[in-house]
Amino acid sequence: MRWLRENLFGSWPSALATLAILWLAWMLVPPLVEWAVVDAVWSAPDSRPCRAEGAGACWALIAEKHRFILFGTYPYEQHWRPGLGILVLLVLYVASAMRRFWRPALALAWLGGLALIGWLMWGGFAGLPYVENERWGGLMLTLLLATFGIAFAFPISILLALGRRSQLPVVRALSVLWIELVRGVPLISLLFMASVMLPLFLPEGVSIDKLLRALIAMIVFAAAYLAEVVRGGLQAMPHGQEEAADALGLPYWRKTLLVILPQALRIAIPPLVNTFIAFFKDTSLVVIIGLFDLLTSIKVALTEPAWSGFGVEAYLFASLVYFAFCFAMSRYSQDLERELERGRTHVLREN
Amino acid sequence: MRARAIAAQLALLAAVAFVLWYLASNTAHNLEARKIASGFGFLAREAGFEIGEAPFLAYGAADSYARAILVGLINTFRVALIGIVLATVIGTVVGLARLSRNWLLSKLATGYVELLRNVPLLVQLFFLYAVITENLPGPRQALEALPAVFLSNRGIAFPVLEAHAVHAWMGAALAAGAVLALLAARWGRRRQARTGQPFPALGVGAALVLGLPLAVFLGAGAPLALARPELQGFNFAGGGTLTPEFAALTGGLTLYTAAFIAEIVRAGVLSVDRGQSEAAYSLGLSRRRTTRLVILPQALRVIVPPLTSQYLNLTKNSSLAVAIGYPDLVSIANTTMNQTGQAIEGIAIIMAVYLTISLSISALMNWYNRRIALKGARR
Repeated sequence: MRWLRENLFGSWPSALATLAILWLAWMLVPPLVEWAVVDAVWSAPDSRPCRAEGAGACWALIAEKHRFILFGTYPYEQHWRPGLGILVLLVLYVASAMRRFWRPALALAWLGGLALIGWLMWGGFAGLPYVENERWGGLMLTLLLATFGIAFAFPISILLALGRRSQLPVVRALSVLWIELVRGVPLISLLFMASVMLPLFLPEGVSIDKLLRALIAMIVFAAAYLAEVVRGGLQAMPHGQEEAADALGLPYWRKTLLVILPQALRIAIPPLVNTFIAFFKDTSLVVIIGLFDLLTSIKVALTEPAWSGFGVEAYLFASLVYFAFCFAMSRYSQDLERELERGRTHVLREN
Repeated sequence: MRARAIAAQLALLAAVAFVLWYLASNTAHNLEARKIASGFGFLAREAGFEIGEAPFLAYGAADSYARAILVGLINTFRVALIGIVLATVIGTVVGLARLSRNWLLSKLATGYVELLRNVPLLVQLFFLYAVITENLPGPRQALEALPAVFLSNRGIAFPVLEAHAVHAWMGAALAAGAVLALLAARWGRRRQARTGQPFPALGVGAALVLGLPLAVFLGAGAPLALARPELQGFNFAGGGTLTPEFAALTGGLTLYTAAFIAEIVRAGVLSVDRGQSEAAYSLGLSRRRTTRLVILPQALRVIVPPLTSQYLNLTKNSSLAVAIGYPDLVSIANTTMNQTGQAIEGIAIIMAVYLTISLSISALMNWYNRRIALKGARR
């Protein structure tokens, strides 16, 4: 009772807001529940039950098309391969999130895991039939784009961030040029560039496939944004560290690798995770250049006449999948930030 | 050491120059092989495609590519400006709601922020577009959300004011009111500096700015004629309409960016130390003056830089229009590229426009940051 009085009816405006919210909930929630649960069609071989009078949400679309949405045009009887691949990636993500595993062996685990995924996805030897990467798709492609995008963009971004703070004018100018040019234009223009301009750049007869072209654009894009985050970490480092390393006479690269980067990157982890989230969401843009990611496969599923007109249900499902990944990452980043913050104040007190 | 640094940089520069030269020579060769003439001559040619919405600048299929791209640019700015205004308002409200002592309100605001931030904007745009085009009824059964505002799968039809000669005079009165308000505020400040008497500049200013046009309006006999949308055949005629594409894009951009702005506003307000308001109260400043003179200036110092980058993000994100068929700059440049094969020029135009916007905003931002930076503090 007391909690109610204090937190919901603390003052006149507060009481009015509470009543307004309750009224809105009273008006909106029952029809929504009716649509999404009570009247919903959960499974049906085609969309006829969904189109019946009074039918609610057509979840049957998801039930019927989930294999296509998750795996795209990958050969149907081979779906266990990308399925297993997704599982391997998830295990790697979770393991990387646990500080207990933050040691060199983790890098080896990643190399092994990615090799395993490469074998699973391409196949071609040891009993698995070959599947060309034009047929990869769905959630697996989204995860691969995000993972490989970050994996390649991150080292580049460290170089760019160091370059931007370098004493050498040419290095600094080139880094600033890359970072500011890329951050100044929308990702779509880079993707267009990769899909229509990149073929023109290459000598005649050489061509790179669509997936790789999009990946290059994503890497160029992510590196610029990550570089600014890394630079933030570098700037947040106390000057004494660098001065101490100089005093010890460490040359530039040893100073950077042994003293500066380990600390600067640690400071930058929470904002780095936020950038990863943004990048994960941005992978959905490949739908515009026709790459077969999660969102594209949903759009394609909707173009089938039998299932057209159920975009709301389909995109709600897409939202749910993206939300699950992004929300987990953002919660993780918040927890980590709190933990690192605690660690820092603790050290300060000890001193 | 110095010589080595110079040599390394020269080598890097040479490598970059070589790569650029290599790509350029390949491109020139490829363009020749495909018989594509480079250059911006194509801009003067007839575009030959229609554009769904071309406000402010009349456009027909017979017009040039240059004019089509200009229409796209106007459409981009239209969405961006409306989106920025609405997102700021909604974002501020949601951000303050998260700080509210009302548990229900703050949880609702938190839920909004978490939900919208963690779903890709593109998915939200597709979702909104699907809601409008698939789930709203046709114009004949349109929902009347507000009196004479109709929601249907053809977009939103709403009444507009019919033009009247008095409106121009009202505009003039508004401008005069603004000038008078500024003069009054300046006089008030001088008087306060001289005599210590405060001057209610905000109230007097608002009365002048709003009162003068209102007086003109009432003096002319309040000529208020609305052009209402009427159902004609299969669609609405008269009044104004927002197309589904425009409504979905503006709505999506607004709601998405508002979630980020809410977090910025919240962080800004939280960043002001409690001691500041306590000190202001103990000096005898009223609650309103404390907010306006002590808290807001300090909160804004934290809020404005990330807020501008959100405005830039919104403008860049408006390029997602191409995915739902709203004719913005990118979408029209894309059509142009497909028709003419002038890919390099098309992308160059897109990039030049966005770079100009981004770089001028960040120049403005740096200037503003220097102006509001604490005196004596570095950076």
